[in-house]
Amino acid sequence: MALTLLKRLAGAALILLGVAAVTFLLLYGLPADPAAMIAGRSATAASIAAVRHQLGLDLPLPEQFWRYLAGLAHGDLGRSYIQRTAVGTLIAARLPATLVLMVCGIGVEVALGLTLGVLAAVRRDRALDRAVMTLSFVGVSAPQFIVALLLLYVFAAQLGWLPMSGYGTPAHAVLPALTLGLLGAGWYARMVRSAMVDVLDRDYVRTARAKGLSAGRVVLRHALPNALLPIVAMIGIDVGQFMGGVVVVEAVYGWPGIGQLAFQAIQQVDVPIIMGVTLVSALAVVLGNLLADLAAPLLDPRIRAR
Amino acid sequence: MTGATPPLLAVQGLTIDARTPAGLKRVLDGIDFTLGREETLCLAGESGSGKSLTALALMRLLPAASLRVAGGSIRLDGCELAGLSERAFRPLRGRDIAMVFQEPMTSLNPVMTVGAQLMESIRAYGRESGDARGRARDALDAVQISDPARRLGQYPHELSGGMRQRVMIAMALARRPKVLIADEPTTALDVTVQAEILRLMRDLRRDFATSILLITHDMGVVAEMADRVAVMRAGRIVEQGPVLDVFERPREATTRELLAAVPRLGALRGTDGPPRLGPATAKPSAPAAEPVPALVVHDLSVTYGAGGWFRRGALAPAVAGVCFDLAPGQTLGLVGESGSGKSTTGKAVLGLVPFTGHVAVDGTAIAGLSARDMKPVRRRAQMIFQDPYASLDPRMTAGDAIAEPLAIHGIGCRAERRDRVAELLRRVHLPPEHASRFPHEFSGGQRQRLCIARALALEPTLIVADESVSALDATVRARVLDLLLELQEELGLAFLFISHDMAVVERMSHRVAVMRSGRIVESGSRREVFETPRDPYTRALLDAVPQRLSPTCTRSTGNTTPFTIT
Repeated sequence: MALTLLKRLAGAALILLGVAAVTFLLLYGLPADPAAMIAGRSATAASIAAVRHQLGLDLPLPEQFWRYLAGLAHGDLGRSYIQRTAVGTLIAARLPATLVLMVCGIGVEVALGLTLGVLAAVRRDRALDRAVMTLSFVGVSAPQFIVALLLLYVFAAQLGWLPMSGYGTPAHAVLPALTLGLLGAGWYARMVRSAMVDVLDRDYVRTARAKGLSAGRVVLRHALPNALLPIVAMIGIDVGQFMGGVVVVEAVYGWPGIGQLAFQAIQQVDVPIIMGVTLVSALAVVLGNLLADLAAPLLDPRIRAR
Repeated sequence: MTGATPPLLAVQGLTIDARTPAGLKRVLDGIDFTLGREETLCLAGESGSGKSLTALALMRLLPAASLRVAGGSIRLDGCELAGLSERAFRPLRGRDIAMVFQEPMTSLNPVMTVGAQLMESIRAYGRESGDARGRARDALDAVQISDPARRLGQYPHELSGGMRQRVMIAMALARRPKVLIADEPTTALDVTVQAEILRLMRDLRRDFATSILLITHDMGVVAEMADRVAVMRAGRIVEQGPVLDVFERPREATTRELLAAVPRLGALRGTDGPPRLGPATAKPSAPAAEPVPALVVHDLSVTYGAGGWFRRGALAPAVAGVCFDLAPGQTLGLVGESGSGKSTTGKAVLGLVPFTGHVAVDGTAIAGLSARDMKPVRRRAQMIFQDPYASLDPRMTAGDAIAEPLAIHGIGCRAERRDRVAELLRRVHLPPEHASRFPHEFSGGQRQRLCIARALALEPTLIVADESVSALDATVRARVLDLLLELQEELGLAFLFISHDMAVVERMSHRVAVMRSGRIVESGSRREVFETPRDPYTRALLDAVPQRLSPTCTRSTGNTTPFTIT
């Protein structure tokens, strides 16, 4: 077990190194010149060169990358070009807001997706099933910024039940979490339904019914735990999908998380911040998968045996 | 059974319709039977005859989407069950009627411990949980499982098939039901385990005073277990009566066919090869002196999972030091229980798993051959698998499936292959026009014929048949075995015939090798092995076969139901 964990952690480190290399190449190969932007519109060639030298951008690319990696090894993500602050500090300040949003969003998608998926499977081919499947299709297909604007229009502008944007109270979190969660809920409803439909036809479910158990117990105690096994792995992968949504949702709702930070940094070509946010997101994906893998043997005794 | 006491369970006019795209279709038509107290009634018949439907209807576990009970009365202890609501019926499950299913491997919840599943049965509907854990242990004790206290904390995958079926029986009997329905409870088990489970069920019927409705296609099991038997065919009961009457004076053709389909152990006593089917003019299988053996195996060993970085050595080999050879036109029966290494041996001789030792197919040593050099060998050695459902691609027509080996080896043009497919289909007694059908349009027996035709496509000299008839019903199995014997006579095929079924091996083989724990414990001519077995394990396998087709002799437990007729 400890050996497996060690191997997985080493693998995770390799993945992060790969992500760092690819992002670095992409960002520093950009045609946009950050030095020119920082130096301002009235800058001369000499002052741009000075800024470039100051940022270390005049060094050859491999050396720049090596310096960046050396910094990373010390936990240093570099300094923002524009804000002149350590990227690490900027991200640390924004991370809690994003984590709150992610936990709420995942909560919405899992709770909604599981419930609807189980209901649809139990009422297979009936009206409820069809309704859930149609709705989930809408949820999966609707672009998030449209969903966000619709929700804002209905619940904030028209009904006035919830704040337009901002951060601080639980009420502020409702719409962003819903927007993030609806997309995933659609996916989960479909996946849970098909997993449940499969499991409900299994012999052991028939055995459970033959014992005289109530329908609820058969579904919740016997079918659902088996149906969840493949779903748990999906939640791990899902964290990655989520990070994409976070950028959009934080921008629309003015949610002060790392998505918003990244959004602003992209507009300003503040490369160190983009690098930092990308690495943190990659770390989240890797950790999510690792957690899902570690959870699998807890849920499935057949995996535990090996 | 005296006629005076009313029967415990009385089924009258039970009728079930299936919902098909073409409307309702009657699949069970007016079933009548009774089950007395502490009586065992066997429902016998081929698959599709409606035995399992009857059982599921009694339990009310029919899939509502596709099947509908159209009428009939089910009276248990004088109470009519047919009109009860689901709500009123549910408490009866497990308490009054319990059921054991065919597949012990899949009938237990894989993510719950055995103990949790047992305790759930015990308190399924009651407050009377009390010391559920203690009662669960007692229930396991009653089914004679080793180390019951430890089993409670184990998961199903940690138990063997036989143990799982014991757990299923313990669960079914946990609340001492009046009626135990057992649907092919031993079909999926090895022969020695089958004998143990049948003996256990007889003991439990006595100890628990339970009536048993036993469903089986195997008349050998009927002979071992039944007081009375009802023979089903196409959704009706065609014949029923006390087991001795039915066995001695079967009135219906279906019954006679079922009885004849059980290959009797010892039926070929005193002969050397399998019975010849064709006229004596069939071409001699050994034309010249000293022909090249179809298969030579010397010191064959297979170890799975070896070579990993982290688990070098320390693994028991699946097959160790196996030697045999097989002459053209002959059959070697490889017999043993699951896990004995017989399937692994079958795969190794076709080069499908890495092995050490010497294997020569038709004179060509295959050890260390590259994939390219192996290809011509594969033309000469083919395999027929156990599950005719899983071994055909559902999206490929029968014709394409049979022509595929020809296409892979680049034999013939499209039209030639089509002719060859038609010829092969005729060979296995299927109409050539069925080539355009898909696998799901064929029955299990027909599918196995397709697999045989596919194996024959390349005109092999050796066929490895791995449990090729085990998934088939007794009557279908008998016909497929006849086909294999016929093909052997006509084409001079050599069979490596792998089976756990002693009676089938006796019917098919010239020579027999008995495997246990990866080794051959005994081998010789069929006559030697079956008539004068030397190894105690061989004798145990032979004794375990429920083949006493006339229930006249004392049943194999001896002490529980001494049973003789005058």
